[in-house]
Amino acid sequence: MSKDMTIHLKYWKQAGPDAQGYFEEKTLNTVNEHMSFLEMLDVLNEELQLEGKDPVEFDYDCREGICGSCNLVINGQAHGPKEKVACCQLHMRNYKDGDHITIEPPKAGAFPIIKDLVVDRSAFDRIIEAGGYVSVKTGSAQEANSIPIEKEHSDLAFDYATCIGCGACVAACPNASASLFTGAKIAHLGKLPQGELERSKRVVAMVDQMKEEGFGDCSNFAECEAVCPVGISISAIAEMRKDYVKAVFS
Amino acid sequence: MKLDGQIPDGPLEQKWSLHKKNMKLVAPNNRRKYEIIIVGTGLAGGAAAASLAEMGYKVKSFCIQDSARRAHSIAAQGGINAAKNYPNDGDSVWRLFYDTIKGGDYRSREANVYRLAEVANNIIDQAVAQGVPFAREYSGLLDNRSFGGAQVSRTFYARGQTGQQLLLGAYQAMMRQVQEGGVEYFPRHEMLEVVIIDGKARGIITRDLVSGEIVRHEADAVVLATGGYGNVFYLSTNAKNSNVTAAWRAHKKGAFFANPCYVQVHPTCIPVSGDYQSKLTLMSESLRNDGRVWVPKKKGDDRHPNDIPDEERYYYLEERYPSFGNLVPRDVASRNAKLVCDDGLGVGDTGLAVYLDFRDAIKRYGLETISAKYGNLFDMYHNIAGENPYEQPMKIYPAVHYTMGGLWVDYNLMTNVPGLFATGEANFSDHGANRLGASALMQGLSDGYFVLPATIGNYLADEEIGKRYGTDHKEFEKAAAEAQAQIDKLLSIKGKRTIVDFHRTLGKIVWDNIGIARNAEDLKKAIKEIQELREEFWSNVYVPGEKNNYNKYLEFAGRVADFFELAELMAKDALDRQESCGCHLREEYQSEEGEAIRNDEDFSYVAAWEYQGVNGELKEQLHKENLEFEFVELKQRSYK
Repeated sequence: MSKDMTIHLKYWKQAGPDAQGYFEEKTLNTVNEHMSFLEMLDVLNEELQLEGKDPVEFDYDCREGICGSCNLVINGQAHGPKEKVACCQLHMRNYKDGDHITIEPPKAGAFPIIKDLVVDRSAFDRIIEAGGYVSVKTGSAQEANSIPIEKEHSDLAFDYATCIGCGACVAACPNASASLFTGAKIAHLGKLPQGELERSKRVVAMVDQMKEEGFGDCSNFAECEAVCPVGISISAIAEMRKDYVKAVFS
Repeated sequence: MKLDGQIPDGPLEQKWSLHKKNMKLVAPNNRRKYEIIIVGTGLAGGAAAASLAEMGYKVKSFCIQDSARRAHSIAAQGGINAAKNYPNDGDSVWRLFYDTIKGGDYRSREANVYRLAEVANNIIDQAVAQGVPFAREYSGLLDNRSFGGAQVSRTFYARGQTGQQLLLGAYQAMMRQVQEGGVEYFPRHEMLEVVIIDGKARGIITRDLVSGEIVRHEADAVVLATGGYGNVFYLSTNAKNSNVTAAWRAHKKGAFFANPCYVQVHPTCIPVSGDYQSKLTLMSESLRNDGRVWVPKKKGDDRHPNDIPDEERYYYLEERYPSFGNLVPRDVASRNAKLVCDDGLGVGDTGLAVYLDFRDAIKRYGLETISAKYGNLFDMYHNIAGENPYEQPMKIYPAVHYTMGGLWVDYNLMTNVPGLFATGEANFSDHGANRLGASALMQGLSDGYFVLPATIGNYLADEEIGKRYGTDHKEFEKAAAEAQAQIDKLLSIKGKRTIVDFHRTLGKIVWDNIGIARNAEDLKKAIKEIQELREEFWSNVYVPGEKNNYNKYLEFAGRVADFFELAELMAKDALDRQESCGCHLREEYQSEEGEAIRNDEDFSYVAAWEYQGVNGELKEQLHKENLEFEFVELKQRSYK
């Protein structure tokens, strides 16, 4: 077994959306390199509770990098230092004994804080609601193989479709823009013949909703692509813009 | 009480179509006058919410996560079965039905399983039309791969993220209905009670997980699509928030719980590494298409796996099961992994692991092909285990993955409580004693898109239009008070042990005694240990924080309380079933080679349990639904 590490944690506490937030600090002495980052927070919370203190709240569910629940900003980086993983898949072997780690929630006006590190990302639901779908009713679909799709297009559509909706792109963007999230859905459906009919309507509705939610514009910083745990390419945003311009000016 | 599965008459192939012909309908202009509550937004719940709202019903959809898109269906990796027979390898609806019922070791209903196989093709059509990017061949047509328990390739997949893509399809369809006003959407809400008035399900009590408010919701029918109960083991491949609470609270209000001892232990998961561990990670079964499972022939062989020559490797699945090899069903693969590890041949620090080796596949097909097929799984493994599976074999071990047991439902997916339905993993109906790979997505979507939307109308057609009792009705009052009382009680204990500590301890008892292998002595011991620990829980648990606020540990406390009762029922059920079948291996009933021996004469039934109270001990009454086999011949399952 590997030796335990000492890790100095500093994490955001905030009782509710309107409460004053602050940092709390605690040192853990039993961190193991095989632990995931969230398992380390479990250990923190066990220790806090045994001391009769309130645990720190954070969102998580699948802990295998696919549900998109977790969205911590670790030492200023969404999902932490390792490329292309969500923070539930970040393991403590990426840190060394004596490290200091600061944990914050993603900060964006469109993601109000619920408590501590937990934020409200329902804006993402509303963007999908505005048009992130193909309007096909259950039961009305044609035989699956009657729609051949070039493998290359299908694979590309898949790459965009893997977005997990965690919001790291928003957290990393200096403008708190949701362009990568929105663009990924538009590009996914836009690459497929099934999505063609509603293409113009979709892009306008989703982009308008994004603005309404208070997300900023994209200024091509590309920070979103850098932190995306599933590696969504920033070309999604180019696809979105192309579609938007076409829809509005044609 | 005689349980009636409501199986329609007629030849197997025509039962579903005849039933659809005979069922009552609700006219389109009347549908908006009926409200349907759907709890859970995974494949079964999300698909049902979308489909029922499209039909015109008013749907209220609830989930505990912050978004419907996060339900645990999202984590399913490998694929979804359908008998399209695109590969021209002899597949048919009959064969999919037969493989599934045989795979379940003849402990499921013929009619349900046949319907599942029949409807599966429509699911693929529906998903493709929604824009689900399934894997394709260079022809532009859909690709298939093989899964355990079948000798044809019938699994449709989207790299290693099939569940994610199918769930997002259902989620998007549902969000379209949210926008159109057909679905009212309640994320971060947990169902705590079902409300029954005059013998029928008429609503639910939820807790708003952000404000802590206890809320009452009335409707004409309630659907529980709340997933499985694998987290009773603490360590499982389930998401951390997956739980049995909705199903269990319904059980305590009269819904029967069927076959709780049928728990699938998935053979290919990343082994446990330490006691801080919070969950186990599955490596898709699809890996067994190309990976070869082995252990060293010599005990304590501590050479690097790459240094062990072929003749000193024991490819135990290929040797014991030559016709299915590495693609035996999950229960068989898990049991054999346990057997070789019990024999001292296991590898890794703990000796509780076997190798899954891609060396030969990489040699045959090239690195690029293997990477295209399994790249994301290999990366995930590399990241978690810290070893590169392109260069050395993976270490794997079985872990709890899926629960075949669940709320008892009839052919219409209705529980024994009128108006209360259960779909997807939350019900017991289609997988018998063992589920084949790529069948969970199939069942969730079959129930959600096609079965429930047809059968729920048959129930509603007899219900008075617009009948409302009001949420101040005494049954709503009572249920809300019960939900509140439990929360208050949990917060008032202020004990010394944490919830996680209790849950982990409970999980270990369940894994050690109601895991891959069971026997009467251990089961009796487990019942006693569970009762003692449960008693301590209710006097010594520490639940932090307040009730009128976001408080995840309070949520967990309520769920763990339910797991404590369920665990005892699982042990009772396992004790009652004095045979081995599918995943349920009773050590007293096995062949010399460790194969399960069924007892069709005495145990060809569904065990449906009726809750009768907890007072130190859990009291449950057993009801049996006999399984009739008209169309298949019961055989000892063989994959040799």
